[in-house]
Amino acid sequence: MKNLFYYRDKYVRSQPSAFCPGCGGGIILNCFLRAIDDLGLDLDKILAVSGIGCTAWIPSPNFNGDTLHTTHGRAIAFATGAKAYNPDLTTVVFTGDGDGAGIGGNHLIHAARRNIDLKVILVNNMSYAMTGGQIAPTTLHGETTVTSPYGNPEFPFDITQLVKAAGASYVAKWSTYHVLELTRSIKEALQHKGFSFIEVLSQCPTQQRRIFNLRGTLQSLPPRILDMFGESTVIRGRPDKGDYVYAVPKEDVSETLKQVESLGISARVVDHIGFGQVVRVDEEPESVKAKLEALSSVTYVADHKESKIEMGLFEKKSRPEFTDSLKEIIKKARGE
Amino acid sequence: MLKPGRHLVLGNVACAEGAIRAGCRFFAGYPITPASEISHHVAAELPKAGGVFLQMEDEIASIASVIGASWAGAKAMTATSGPGYSLMMENIGYAHMTETPLVLVNVQRSGPSTGQSTSPGQQDIYQAKYGAHGDYEVIAISPWSVQEMFDLTVRAFNLAETYRTPVMLMSDGLIGHIEEKLIVPEKVEVVNRKKSTSMDATPWGTDDPSGVPEMPAFGEGHKLLVTGSTHRPDGVRNFSPEYHQMIVYRIRDKILNAEPQIRDIHKVHMDDAKVAVLSFGASARPSIEAVQRARSEGIKAGLFRPRTIWPFPETEVKALAEQVEAVIVVEMNVGKYVKEVERAVCGKTKVVSLAKVGGVLPLAREVLNVTRREAQ
Ligand SMILES: Cc1ncc(C[n+]2csc(CCOP(=O)(O)OP(=O)(O)O)c2C)c(N)n1
Ligand SMILES: [Mg+2]
Repeated sequence: MKNLFYYRDKYVRSQPSAFCPGCGGGIILNCFLRAIDDLGLDLDKILAVSGIGCTAWIPSPNFNGDTLHTTHGRAIAFATGAKAYNPDLTTVVFTGDGDGAGIGGNHLIHAARRNIDLKVILVNNMSYAMTGGQIAPTTLHGETTVTSPYGNPEFPFDITQLVKAAGASYVAKWSTYHVLELTRSIKEALQHKGFSFIEVLSQCPTQQRRIFNLRGTLQSLPPRILDMFGESTVIRGRPDKGDYVYAVPKEDVSETLKQVESLGISARVVDHIGFGQVVRVDEEPESVKAKLEALSSVTYVADHKESKIEMGLFEKKSRPEFTDSLKEIIKKARGE
Repeated sequence: MLKPGRHLVLGNVACAEGAIRAGCRFFAGYPITPASEISHHVAAELPKAGGVFLQMEDEIASIASVIGASWAGAKAMTATSGPGYSLMMENIGYAHMTETPLVLVNVQRSGPSTGQSTSPGQQDIYQAKYGAHGDYEVIAISPWSVQEMFDLTVRAFNLAETYRTPVMLMSDGLIGHIEEKLIVPEKVEVVNRKKSTSMDATPWGTDDPSGVPEMPAFGEGHKLLVTGSTHRPDGVRNFSPEYHQMIVYRIRDKILNAEPQIRDIHKVHMDDAKVAVLSFGASARPSIEAVQRARSEGIKAGLFRPRTIWPFPETEVKALAEQVEAVIVVEMNVGKYVKEVERAVCGKTKVVSLAKVGGVLPLAREVLNVTRREAQ
């Protein structure tokens, strides 16, 4: 087993970290470095491209290889030029949700359409984090941010479906809770020929405190948000027992918990992206649903699957890759 | 590609031919009149030279991919016109900050906005100099013929590589769209970028008096930190006033100090001239005709035509002020370059503006009338 120092000394430039304590950026960097180490890739042939935002700082200046830290939203377009000219570069793009799906959304779908061999890691923290947590194209409907003080009137993109529909040949989605799966997925993407896209749901204690309406100390937030990611996600193709329900409170979650416990049912309060703070009851739904619904502090009882975000592999297929097609064009033009 | 010798071709085609001969191996663009024929010709010819042609999703992506390719080691280029040029501005600033060599052709059309989309103009010359935010110094070139679309595109690449900077080829819809004689030489002089001689190269700092650092490429083991943020010579981000001043003054001075080498002025009948017609690009064509007609009338007129409009040929224009009684600045906009001329001559001679908008050339007769008046 290699320890953390091994990865740090081999792959990270010694720079003070620019990340807030508890940022998901470090986890994602870690997964990426383990992936390239496991595959034994040549560091000198890896180019890490990023746009602007906190996410853009994951490779730059940390990654100890070639980095290209570009303008907001344009990382994929810059990367397209470098990769098209030198296809030997393993070109990895780190982009935020605002960067990649907002201002740079056009480049994202067109690169997917071309199926150019870029590995794009889109870090979705559901906001424009660096600029103060404004609504992004990934912010959920109704959520409170500095630019949606009355709740977000917009709806988010389903980015993986968007990129898949645009033609990407490898598409996956994970979160910073799913580090092993994410690392494996980055390895798959690095070995896949064609446009490879991984969306990573990531924690941002600084901005998500407001978005998810979390109280408590700053230190308590990172593990809590990670647990929330675990709570709010399901993995495609993995059996889900479904032997639990959520009692969604009318107002005060502690009142709901008290009422549930008074029925002699064991329960606990959890954070959930879809419901906020909610009472989770680990019992067979049929046996408890009616009882919970009768409680005065409960709005309704949610099925375990409701409002869950799907993680996993969404696409893996083979189709002609762009730089290969460019090589064919050169042959044709030269009459070879 | 055209064989060496005489040809009758479109200005835009001459530009594409010049680019490939100068070593351009990456081109990205987005369709726009009156620049599209550059893309058409490059798309057909560049792959024969082993180069990559991309049609991108917009002009922002075009210039972005050109910068990416340049750092991957390519001589790279894009071509556009007004609306696309406006879209490119942010990344042009990025290219200045990162000192990325590239050539950007603006086949100018008459704006603002969609304006007279198929008509020529010279309205973007300040945008070339000041279009992106922040401080930097630009090299901009203005061709007046099909031959110069070829020759000056070659020179644009050579300047970009010599000074590690974006170079603007400020053509216009007239020069891009006329067919004229082009003589393709047997051989063109080509300059390549200074590659790094050691693995400890500082790609954004140098002791060399030129102020132009060596440029490594991706994939060579340099662990490059290319960033548009203020950075140290090794690329590490640092926002201190000292580092910012260091960069801004160096990227300015590497161009300004080289102005005598960059400067390229075409002069006709200037030796004994008392009235100078100062013009560049398309508007210099009626201007030379006016000068010749004035000479046949015995008027001591001359043409002063900067092929390099930026950096401004300050010392030359100052010298002009000592020599002539009037400078007539002929241009296709509301009167822009004339401001720079006025500033340089400092009232030492009379400066007259003959500026014309509307997507039409000033007429030789109009230039001649003003020349006659100023000669009296
Ligand atoms: C053209 C442009 N517009 C706006 C900004 C300001 N800006 C800097 S970072 C950022 C938000 C980035 O959000 P995201 O891509 O989601 O990254 P995060 O910080 O959340 O990781 C914005 C809007 C900019 N740098 N450039
Ligand atoms: Mg974000």
